[in-house]
Amino acid sequence: MSEDFLRIAHVSKRFGGVTAVDDADLAIARGEFFSLLGPSGCGKTTLLRMIAGFEYPSAGDIFVEGARITDLPPNQRPSNMVFQSYAIFPHLNVFDNIAYGLRKAKLKRAELRKRVEDALAMIKLDGFGARRADQLSGGQRQRVALARALVQRPKVLLLDEPLGALDKRLREAMQIELRQLQKSVGITFVFVTHDQEEALALSDRVAVMSGGRILQIASPRELYEAPNCREVADFIGEINFFDGVVRARDGERATLDAGAAGTMTVAAPDAAGTKLLLALRPEKISLSAAGGRVAGTVAAAAYLGERSHYNIRIAGRDAPVSVAAQNTAAQAGHKVGEAVHLDWSDDAVLILRS
Amino acid sequence: MRVKVAMGGVTARLARFYRRSEGARGLALLSPTMIIMVAALAAPLALLTLYSFWTQAGYGVDTTLTLAQYADSLGRPTYRALFYRSIEISAAVTLITVLLAYPMAYFVAFGVEKSKFIWLILLTIPFWTSYLLRIFAWKLILGYNGVINSGLMSLGLIHAPLEFLLYNPFAVVVALAHAWAPFAILPIYVSLEKIDRSLLEAASDLGDGPVRRFLRVTLPLSLPGVIGAAVLIFVPTTGDYVTPALVGGSGGVMIANVIEEQFDKVGNWPLGAALAIASMAAVGIATLLFTGAMRAAARRIH
Amino acid sequence: MRRSRIGLSLYAVAYLAFLYVPVLFLPLFSFNNSVFIAFPLNGFTTQWYGQMLADSAMLHALRNSLEVGAITAAVSTLLGLLAAKALTRYRVPGGGAVLAFTSLPLFIPDIVLGISLLILLNLAGVPLSLVTVIAGHCLICIPFAITVLMSRLDGFDKSLEEASLDLGENGWMTFWRVTFPLALPGIISSLLLTFIVSFDEFLIAYFLAGSEATLPIYIWGQLRFPYKLPAVLALGALILVASAILVVIAEWVRNHGIKDGKRAVVGA
Repeated sequence: MSEDFLRIAHVSKRFGGVTAVDDADLAIARGEFFSLLGPSGCGKTTLLRMIAGFEYPSAGDIFVEGARITDLPPNQRPSNMVFQSYAIFPHLNVFDNIAYGLRKAKLKRAELRKRVEDALAMIKLDGFGARRADQLSGGQRQRVALARALVQRPKVLLLDEPLGALDKRLREAMQIELRQLQKSVGITFVFVTHDQEEALALSDRVAVMSGGRILQIASPRELYEAPNCREVADFIGEINFFDGVVRARDGERATLDAGAAGTMTVAAPDAAGTKLLLALRPEKISLSAAGGRVAGTVAAAAYLGERSHYNIRIAGRDAPVSVAAQNTAAQAGHKVGEAVHLDWSDDAVLILRS
Repeated sequence: MRVKVAMGGVTARLARFYRRSEGARGLALLSPTMIIMVAALAAPLALLTLYSFWTQAGYGVDTTLTLAQYADSLGRPTYRALFYRSIEISAAVTLITVLLAYPMAYFVAFGVEKSKFIWLILLTIPFWTSYLLRIFAWKLILGYNGVINSGLMSLGLIHAPLEFLLYNPFAVVVALAHAWAPFAILPIYVSLEKIDRSLLEAASDLGDGPVRRFLRVTLPLSLPGVIGAAVLIFVPTTGDYVTPALVGGSGGVMIANVIEEQFDKVGNWPLGAALAIASMAAVGIATLLFTGAMRAAARRIH
Repeated sequence: MRRSRIGLSLYAVAYLAFLYVPVLFLPLFSFNNSVFIAFPLNGFTTQWYGQMLADSAMLHALRNSLEVGAITAAVSTLLGLLAAKALTRYRVPGGGAVLAFTSLPLFIPDIVLGISLLILLNLAGVPLSLVTVIAGHCLICIPFAITVLMSRLDGFDKSLEEASLDLGENGWMTFWRVTFPLALPGIISSLLLTFIVSFDEFLIAYFLAGSEATLPIYIWGQLRFPYKLPAVLALGALILVASAILVVIAEWVRNHGIKDGKRAVVGA
């Protein structure tokens, strides 16, 4: 039952001839931090706006705690939203912005004052009540938008790229704060972002979207370690793709011929002759001068502080193989033009079926 | 009782449709305006067209459809001459107004740094004072005993008033060019202001001098504003009534004055309607030719 | 470069003179102690202002024009606000065509608008009155109102209204608590501009006013009588000052408002 706290049942949205969201079907648990991740135009914001009530689905239904909210207008829904632009009312001060939705609840003056002040304390902006919207920094606006939504005590908080307008350092600080806040208030968060690192760092689960469709719903670790298709593997982090063919079977394991990458034995049920797409993360490959599976030369090297990033050219393959290596005291790093050997464990190879 | 329930279901469903359809909500908001615009613009224009195919018969109209009014409007040499003159006068007004306004708009867009807003207000204030009196002011200035003549005579420069100043097409052109100035300045200013300054720097960087840079970058990019200004002036001035009536004399009569006569003294509404439709058609064709030519010229410059 | 800028500045000053000098003759001769509008000036007097204010026909026409202008401004601004809201906030099918249709009156000569309305009213048997003048004036004022209000509504973030709905207010309260206060500068400037357009309009009123007279119709009637000219000039001078003040207020409000809105959007 708790799995079905927020249920999006086969929801589609068409604008004229364009399908923005195509048969989205998912369930979000109570208290979960759930992210919708994808490039711009993938339909994630449209899906969020359908949960908020700003767009109505062309097909499908939305339920909160089993109650159908598909047709409710936004002001009758148990959700509140933090907008991408924050949408802080420019004609009101911070206090009145946060109190905006409470005025309707006809609270006693003192009660209202206390709730707003508690909210200001929660976002560490005590004493900012009289400030006008244009006197706030980007990070402060973001907090006010958050407080304004949370003071409504919503069942679901919807966040539309709330960190997108902030600079990198502030964004990282806010990520930590946001995560702590979510844990302390225990409200279900649905978070839209195009930034995969952000989604991985914050979320309990992530839905990766592309072209209006949900490709995969999984925990951050699973998305990275076991993507279910080429698009997800490509979108989350960096990866090398190889084509492979099953040559021989031995019980559960199959021996593959991956061309320039040589042969490897992996757990796969496919029959001999089946073509497979193989993928290998850069950090799963090790470099050494001495020996390994495949020989190559360093085509490009970038020093990134704690690690270095290399493009290695190998015979029989057009695209260079990208490799990430930790810079340790023992590892001096490799220079462009240097001959190196690549090695990896067979278990590190991902098998994708498209 | 059951009917009531069914009705409730229908209204609920309608309410649901209304809430879910942005188009329906938008159209509902637009409908009062659209009803007024259809009732006060589309319907009257349709009736005007219908009227132009009728004939005046005494105090009433003969509603047999006929092209007689158009034959009269386009066939009679005096009317044809009036069409030509109206379009010539408006074309001259448009040309002069745009040519005079361009440097002014250029000055505000590129020459003024801080007080653009004040300049724009200064340029529009005279435009908001009574149109009638602005045109009338030119009668005072150009008249037989007017400001110019009396001024020149009291200075001893002339001994008899100059008579060629007033009651001719020249006076109409001057008065209109003055009255419609803001309609040229504002669109041209807006299009100049929109030009990305780095484009001008790029042109200089690539070796263009100020003149070549103006001809190759600034002017082509401001052409939409120039075209807009020209249309905004040309179309309404062809139908101007007040100016020819006040300062045009018999030689400066324009088509609107004749249309007005048909609805007033002469009392031949169908002919007036046909003249109005014919003049709008003529103006429309002239405008399309003009904008087409300007767009072609703009493409050539590129 | 320097020299061309000086040239341009001189040109700008000359152009301003071209715009202002003809208009400034109105107040100048309104204080001239002579029935004849000619140089040399004949001494200072305020008698023409006294004569004008004693003219009951003029005062009646003035009241008519104020009424027509006020009602036209209110109606066209209200309709403009509804239309601007629909066109900026909703995906309306055929919205572009609607916008083009509503701006059509700007591209049709007033005489054509006047006579076609006259024909319609005549056929429908509606007697001519100030009400019919108001209808004609709304027609030419609605495009102005829509333009001003659309640019104002476009100037602030659509999600402000969504935020209000999201926080539990319904559409009506959202309008009063968010849209209206933020659109207020545009509403004020639309009211002032449409009022001035109506107040100044002659030709449509001339066709549609019947036996009533608005101020421009009254002035038109006076222009034929040379001995009444100085009083008309006095009236013109007063109108000039009043409209100049209104325009400055309208522009100031609009500009101030736009800056406000921009700041809100940029900040957000």
